[in-house]
Amino acid sequence: MRDVAIIASAQAPNLVSTTATPVEMLMPVVDQALANAGIARSEVGFWCHGSCDYMTGQPFSFVSAVDALGAWPPIIESHVEADGAWALYEAWLKIQTGEVDTALVFGNGRSSSSDINRILTLQLDPYVVAPLWPDDRSIAAIQARACLEAGIITPQQMAMVAVRNHHHALTNPYALRKGDYTIDELLQGALVADPLREHDCPAHADGVTAVVIAAGDAARSISAARGSRPAWIRGIDHRIDTQNLGNRSITSLPSAELAAAKAGVGNDKVDVAELHAPYTHQEVLLVAALGLVDSPDSSTSINPSGGALCGNPMMSAGLARLAEAASRVADGSADRAVGHASSGPWMQQNLVCVLEGE
Amino acid sequence: MTVAERCAVIGVGQTQHASCRADVSIAGLVREAVDRALLSAHTTMAEIDAIVIGKAPDMLEGVMMPELYLVDALAASGKPVFRVHTAGSVGGSTAIVAAQHVMSGVHKRVLTIGFEKQSDGNAMWALSVPLPFGMPVHAGAGGYFSPIIRSYIKRSGAPSHIGCMVAVKDRTNACLNPYAHLHEPDWTLEKAMESPMLWDPVRMVETCPSSDGAMALVLAAEDVADAHDGPKAWVHATAMRSEPTQFAGRNQVSPQASEDCAQDLWRKAGITSPIDEIDAVEMYVPFAWFEPMWLESLGFAPKDQGWRFVEDGVTEMTGKLPVNCSGGVLSTNPIGASGMLRFGEAAMQVMGIAGEHQIDSVRKAFGHAYGGGSQFFAMWVVGADKP
Repeated sequence: MRDVAIIASAQAPNLVSTTATPVEMLMPVVDQALANAGIARSEVGFWCHGSCDYMTGQPFSFVSAVDALGAWPPIIESHVEADGAWALYEAWLKIQTGEVDTALVFGNGRSSSSDINRILTLQLDPYVVAPLWPDDRSIAAIQARACLEAGIITPQQMAMVAVRNHHHALTNPYALRKGDYTIDELLQGALVADPLREHDCPAHADGVTAVVIAAGDAARSISAARGSRPAWIRGIDHRIDTQNLGNRSITSLPSAELAAAKAGVGNDKVDVAELHAPYTHQEVLLVAALGLVDSPDSSTSINPSGGALCGNPMMSAGLARLAEAASRVADGSADRAVGHASSGPWMQQNLVCVLEGE
Repeated sequence: MTVAERCAVIGVGQTQHASCRADVSIAGLVREAVDRALLSAHTTMAEIDAIVIGKAPDMLEGVMMPELYLVDALAASGKPVFRVHTAGSVGGSTAIVAAQHVMSGVHKRVLTIGFEKQSDGNAMWALSVPLPFGMPVHAGAGGYFSPIIRSYIKRSGAPSHIGCMVAVKDRTNACLNPYAHLHEPDWTLEKAMESPMLWDPVRMVETCPSSDGAMALVLAAEDVADAHDGPKAWVHATAMRSEPTQFAGRNQVSPQASEDCAQDLWRKAGITSPIDEIDAVEMYVPFAWFEPMWLESLGFAPKDQGWRFVEDGVTEMTGKLPVNCSGGVLSTNPIGASGMLRFGEAAMQVMGIAGEHQIDSVRKAFGHAYGGGSQFFAMWVVGADKP
């Protein structure tokens, strides 16, 4: 395996909605990521993009994104219909083949183009489930209810997740929602899909994330020139669960457990974990699946960015978690960090990336 | 710099292609190809390490990221499932991404699938959504590409019957391919020249159909491929290139990305004279005139001479450079699978399992796909010997 590191990133502020085109959204962030890395477009060996046609309401919506890359002369480029974190995985594989040494990966999503809560229904079995139109919140609520009934989560615990993330988001310039709340305050909120309250649900947003990764000496020299340190990818893995709504335990996240084990999360202490858990109860499940501990005296800081609860531009939010985790390693505030991305109902698909300093 | 692991195709499976496979669901369609690929690779899902799925816009079937729903049908719980979408080139790009899962040294056995069930939706509608920020084209693919074809004809001086010659060849070849969508044995050049004009100069016979179908490949690392006691095709080289759709002065007849991609591929595969060293070609030709256009762009024929290759029968099954012995995209076009069909049919020629449309003693074959406004390119060379 070649040593590969995240060496720079950039994000757009998460917005409730924007009138910018995808190209207008992407260009400044791609430019910023290159500037942060201190490399020119011509030095990027491979470009990989994550986005989703259904969010834009447009087939081939990613095609115009090539315009944001200055793809002339022609570039080596690919696209995943998934969160940008999977684009990073493809780029990591490409670097492992020895074909390229550097890559710029990016993800963008505009939740405001549609009613994202209803659009996500179209991810379900098109013959027997989707025609019933269970929306994303309702499906998440079934999971939360199952966790409450099983006695593995309490409403107070869910509210605590929201309190912590909103507090953390105060220091994240990209976060959409932020603030200091108390558990009692939040539990007074109205139910939006029993047992979920507004604070339990993700802040859907329009957003962009771009990340630059590089191999070995290229990563070292680029980072040294910028006075930061590379965040080495020491393990990366993604797994998927069945989607059949009656076919798996929904009070655990088997694919997240497996991806974490394969990525080696438990091999050493974790200073920072950036988790793409859209709903509060899912963060609790995910923390357990990753073998982490969320408590005031834990040595692991969970979601110092505020996580997806405070800004969830789908197709960008997972890659943003990896970027946030890497930035803690780069600035020396963490030696070992975990970045996580997810996709699908009940967090059906999970990607885990372990990042370490030198 | 490390050296990539070797990778070989050890299994190939495709569906029966048709305008409407009403007998199967999306999952059933995919399984039909997957089961055949696993059988051909002498393996089972339990031994597959990762799955790489490609298809063109999700709006063609109306399912958002359908790989999520397909997990049960693929017995993929607990495995990595990776989704690629690069427009019309997706079937080729997906095979390349799958190959990189192996060539990176990360996975040993990778299943890759391209599919489209176009009859579940309306492709024309799904491709013509009015965009809030863009210039509406509403031309369909034929309307988009016909001016480019006219440009080629004007530039090269090709006579008007060349497109029909390609169409008759591909439709005739398809009759030797039991999986092909169209089986139309009665085409002659005279009859083709009377086919209705859809987008001048593109006649109906020179146009691809709209199909339901899937293609699946099993790719394996060197030790697994060595132990495999069936036919195999080694991946000698892969290449991808992209460029923007529109800008002043862009050569749309032979895009720079196409030429760069081909030159990169030939270099990586150690090929100096493609016309002499490639024994079979599976090329993405959705409109017949693209055969001579790509022959030139890819370096098989000199500039403005591609049409002479067609006229002289060079690309017939009996010619020096057989092109699309399977019948090609002109006979079968499930969009998300079409590129992988090209890559897979190239592998089948090397493996010697192409049946009635097999060319004798193929040592190296070329698979090709393109997409968008002739701007995304994916290509590979597979061979009988280890690279």
